[in-house]
Amino acid sequence: MKNYLKFIFVFSFIFILGITNSIQAKESNVSLLKPNWTFNGFFGKFDRAQLQRGYQVYKEVCASCHSMNLLSYRNLSEPGGPEFSEAEVKALAAQYEIQDGPNADGEMFTRKGIPSDRFKSPYPNELASRAANGGAYPPDMSVLVKARPGESDYIYSVLMGYEEKVPANIKLEEGVYYNKYMPGNKIRMAKPLNSGGVEYADGTKASEEQMAKDVVSFLTWAAEPHLEARKKLGFKSVLYLLILTILVYLVKKKIWSRIESKV
Amino acid sequence: MSEYTSKSEEKFQPVQTNKVGGSPYTGVLGWIDNRLPIIRMFRHEYLDFQVPKSLSYFWSFGGILTICLLLLILTGISLGMHYKPDAKYAFESVEKIMRDVNFGWLIRYAHMNLASFFFIAVYLHIFRGLYYGSYKEPRQLMWIIGIVIFFLMMATAFLGYTLPWGQMSYWGATVITNLFSAIPLFGESIVTWLWGDYSVGDAALNRFYVLHWLIAFLIVGVVVFHVIALHIVGSNNPSGIEPKDTRDTVTFAPYTTSKDLVGMLVFLLIFVAVMMYAPNYLGHPDNYIPANPMVTPAHIVPEWYFLPFYAILRSIPDKLMGVVAMVSSIAVLGLLPWLDFSKVRSSVFRPIWKQCVFLFVLNFFVLMYIGGAPAEGIYLLIGRIATAFWFAFFFILAPLVSLVEKPLPMPQSIHEFEDWKKQGKIKVFQFFGK
Repeated sequence: MKNYLKFIFVFSFIFILGITNSIQAKESNVSLLKPNWTFNGFFGKFDRAQLQRGYQVYKEVCASCHSMNLLSYRNLSEPGGPEFSEAEVKALAAQYEIQDGPNADGEMFTRKGIPSDRFKSPYPNELASRAANGGAYPPDMSVLVKARPGESDYIYSVLMGYEEKVPANIKLEEGVYYNKYMPGNKIRMAKPLNSGGVEYADGTKASEEQMAKDVVSFLTWAAEPHLEARKKLGFKSVLYLLILTILVYLVKKKIWSRIESKV
Repeated sequence: MSEYTSKSEEKFQPVQTNKVGGSPYTGVLGWIDNRLPIIRMFRHEYLDFQVPKSLSYFWSFGGILTICLLLLILTGISLGMHYKPDAKYAFESVEKIMRDVNFGWLIRYAHMNLASFFFIAVYLHIFRGLYYGSYKEPRQLMWIIGIVIFFLMMATAFLGYTLPWGQMSYWGATVITNLFSAIPLFGESIVTWLWGDYSVGDAALNRFYVLHWLIAFLIVGVVVFHVIALHIVGSNNPSGIEPKDTRDTVTFAPYTTSKDLVGMLVFLLIFVAVMMYAPNYLGHPDNYIPANPMVTPAHIVPEWYFLPFYAILRSIPDKLMGVVAMVSSIAVLGLLPWLDFSKVRSSVFRPIWKQCVFLFVLNFFVLMYIGGAPAEGIYLLIGRIATAFWFAFFFILAPLVSLVEKPLPMPQSIHEFEDWKKQGKIKVFQFFGK
């Protein structure tokens, strides 16, 4: 029996190694920064105030280049998210001018945003965005967290990974910056977060680290808006199945005892 | 027959086209069963059905796979009601399911992870067959039908992975469909025909969606054949000895059903834990980037369950031969009943073959690792050795071991096998407990 256990151990080890290897095709050897996210773990939850601050960072910093096409303003008031009040969301949406139409005369017109509108894009299309950013395309941020190996930790690390001192072996072209955690260590985005870059309404000190944490939490929610519901249901269903499995196992033992005693 | 029977009478045999009757049931059940004998068939095949007593939890995977398939179809139908097979809207429609459809995230994560768990279960199911010689007389045809199911599963899984139209969907589809261009003479035309266009695009996505559905239901059909064959040849068991009398068997209900249920629940528990707490662990992050024909991902890798075969494909320098090697690496399983001609089924009594099977499994994982690594340098070399071993296992080890191996002394019957097990005379591979 011991022998087999050893086999199983070795197999599962290689199995996990194989999967991880295929998925996390690592390009740099630096290990990512891993802050204590509130949403990690079996009972992980978002911190509402943090998501609200994160939205503010997105709106005031990231949104000047990055779109979030899959989100609507109404999402900001939905349960499990930043949970702004409906009135707040109405006011937030109304800050944007949205093109709508055509109207009865066949004319396009602009109106104030409403909660059901999608987040307004900084650029009308990808080419306009590239033209404005020296050829680079700031990716849409709706599912950005899930689209990168390392997820939240990776985005956080990149935000915190700008360094003044560039290693001697790296030559930076015009408009390219050094980043410790970016694959290839080169990034076309200038350092986005600087201490005091935003002024938080709740009085939290807007340090670089704080802003990075807040905005990454917000982006994690944006990529996985039902994370809280999932973890809640997950715990319930695992517990339920665990108890059911034990009970059914006992039933099975009872049933089999009828014939096993005979042998 | 009397010699006075006239010739004209001799020509006609009596016929009875209506076979109504014969049901052991009365009342409404009897009325139905007399006309459509599914009730007595069910009773015969699923309640009174005799099953070897010595089945271990390894025999739960048939039931587990059936449940997986049913859940996949159920979740798939729900997803199909919201998904749009259009290159422009596919990615967004999946995200709409994840965000706006009630419990859409649950249904989609379930479907996505079930596909992976379907493969975990099928690999364990195949391992069970290899280890206990379930492919041997008289179960060869059932084994071959199983391989057909495996091929269909791979096709459906591949097609399903293209549907979210992320980067890996698009580039995976491009790489895999391009394999058909290796076919001599007609290769290029076949690929164009498959795509319905000159590149992977809207036309391809639309037909992939249709085929994903079609093949899913084809699997159901072939599974029915697999199960019918099972009910003719009966289950193999850890001893590899056929049951002889009632001391060797139990009835399907409640013995096998209760044990299968435990196996299913344990499997379901692991599945639910992964789906709820690491839903994207078995997927690739690049598939959350919308498909972009202008940007090739740094590494195009298939889903984890294709990696061993992907490694075989890449280990052959020639494209056509690579495809041939990949397809035959699975098809060769169908020859195993004849390549391994040892009379003993179970590895419990086959000391050398047992080691070979473990090496084969180890090699499978090595290939899986290599499939996910870049095809260069040391990885390529290991991949080639592992590929060679894969085929050597079938064409050299199987016949050779059948010839030279001296099986251990065997019990006469399953109940004697059970006694030996209790006395510790033999070791049996088990998951946990009994």
